[in-house]
Amino acid sequence: MQNSPISPAKGSRKLLKKLSSRDIDVQTCYQCNRCSAGCPVADYFDLQPMEIVRLASYGMEDQLLASSTIWLCASCDTCATRCPNDIDITALMDVLRELALRKDIPPAVPQVPAFHASFLESVRRWGRTYEIGMIGAYKLRSGDYAGDMKLGISMLAKGKLSLLPHSIEGKPEIREIFAGKGKEYER
Amino acid sequence: MKMTYYPGCSLQGTARDYNDTILEVCQTIGVELNEIEDWNCCGASSAHMTNHEVAMRLSIRNLLLAAKSSDNVLIPCSACYQRLKAADKALREDPEYWDVTDYNPDFKLVHISTFLAEPEILELIADKVIQPVGKMKVACYYGCLSLRPPHITDAPNHEMPTTLENIVTAIGADPVSWSHKTECCSGSLTMTRPDIAGKLVGEIVEAARRGGATAMVTDCPMCQANVESRQELPPGASMVVYYATELIAAALTGSYPEKQQKVHLVPAHALQAHMERSAHNVGTASGSTTETTSQKEESA
Ligand code: SF4
Ligand code: SF4
Repeated sequence: MQNSPISPAKGSRKLLKKLSSRDIDVQTCYQCNRCSAGCPVADYFDLQPMEIVRLASYGMEDQLLASSTIWLCASCDTCATRCPNDIDITALMDVLRELALRKDIPPAVPQVPAFHASFLESVRRWGRTYEIGMIGAYKLRSGDYAGDMKLGISMLAKGKLSLLPHSIEGKPEIREIFAGKGKEYER
Repeated sequence: MKMTYYPGCSLQGTARDYNDTILEVCQTIGVELNEIEDWNCCGASSAHMTNHEVAMRLSIRNLLLAAKSSDNVLIPCSACYQRLKAADKALREDPEYWDVTDYNPDFKLVHISTFLAEPEILELIADKVIQPVGKMKVACYYGCLSLRPPHITDAPNHEMPTTLENIVTAIGADPVSWSHKTECCSGSLTMTRPDIAGKLVGEIVEAARRGGATAMVTDCPMCQANVESRQELPPGASMVVYYATELIAAALTGSYPEKQQKVHLVPAHALQAHMERSAHNVGTASGSTTETTSQKEESA
């Protein structure tokens, strides 16, 4: 965070409003650092969970959306559970990821959103996860062909991956959900 | 007893064997499971991490289908459980916001271990045990999502849960005390950052070994797959991760089939070995094995 100027004047008021609409009260943080201390993935982050909360309280959207932290957070809810001020840091990460995607901010760890997109595409198409299709789509999107082929093959050999998608009757409803039905009020 | 059942996608794919043992156990103890008709994926981590609306509405569709009955809903997957609980709470609070006119079903959403660890259910299980699993030292591993955040999961002991310990004790296993039972294995990063998953899994397995365990037992299908597949250890040194219901099914049928062993990504013979030993002890010694061992421990 060394060279990043932080000031309320530069903050995004829209981000702050969004957070308060989701009941994520970043202003109550008193920097005890319990969130960072318990985070299992913090070693890999460019901004520690406490720094994310601090930047969020100033509305420093650009720094937040460009960080690797939002993509490497495993969503384990340890931070949110241990925060003495009940700040839902996991939900804060959700909001930041969603915003980064909507704003087309180049992700610091591109393979992570590529994976989520492949997973969700499988759900959108079939109503349930189709593992083989999803892994294939992920490999295409991320270009990450080499890694993990061995694991995939041993899972196939063990009969753990089904060869056919599980399709449901209610696919039209699922498509509507993905098309944003109910989202008309731009929440 | 009747329950509505939401298996979730993992239990139709990588964790199909988990599903089989759940059905087997429930049938044996007389719990009738009625699968929600035409259920859809809960969206798991990917949906809530990137699209709040889609995540909520995917789970809401399942809840509305489940609400056709007032039976409690049994959910074996930790991620599904957390997502459905979050949606259930939001919907009860303000159905209109989610375009639902009325939502106040009598059912509860019940996570599998909470259910199996209820005293009446444990009794039913203990009554039907044909062959205890024989003092196998196991590290009960919960992971994250059936516990956290507690305001969503309603888990009473989210930092120090005991449901799995109670379950495995009822079938004769010996749960160890260890440090990492609620630590995250980073299952959601396993495809994209196997290096991170490998490190976290390594620490968890190491902690289980330090605690004295020869195997791990879990109720989470993602943890099971991630911890077995991301161990960077030679096969001889790797640690098997059983589903809690896999152990129960073995104790209830008196055998641990070869076919089931082969589904594991690491050698899984520990359970069979313990069952054989315990069968042998029961056959040769006159008293109960359980008593002799605990007496020995007390005098030591
Ligand atoms: S645990 Fe909560 S109060 Fe403490 S630093 Fe983190 S966000 Fe702030
Ligand atoms: S939810 Fe994310 S930031 Fe919080 S402890 Fe887990 S990995 Fe760390």
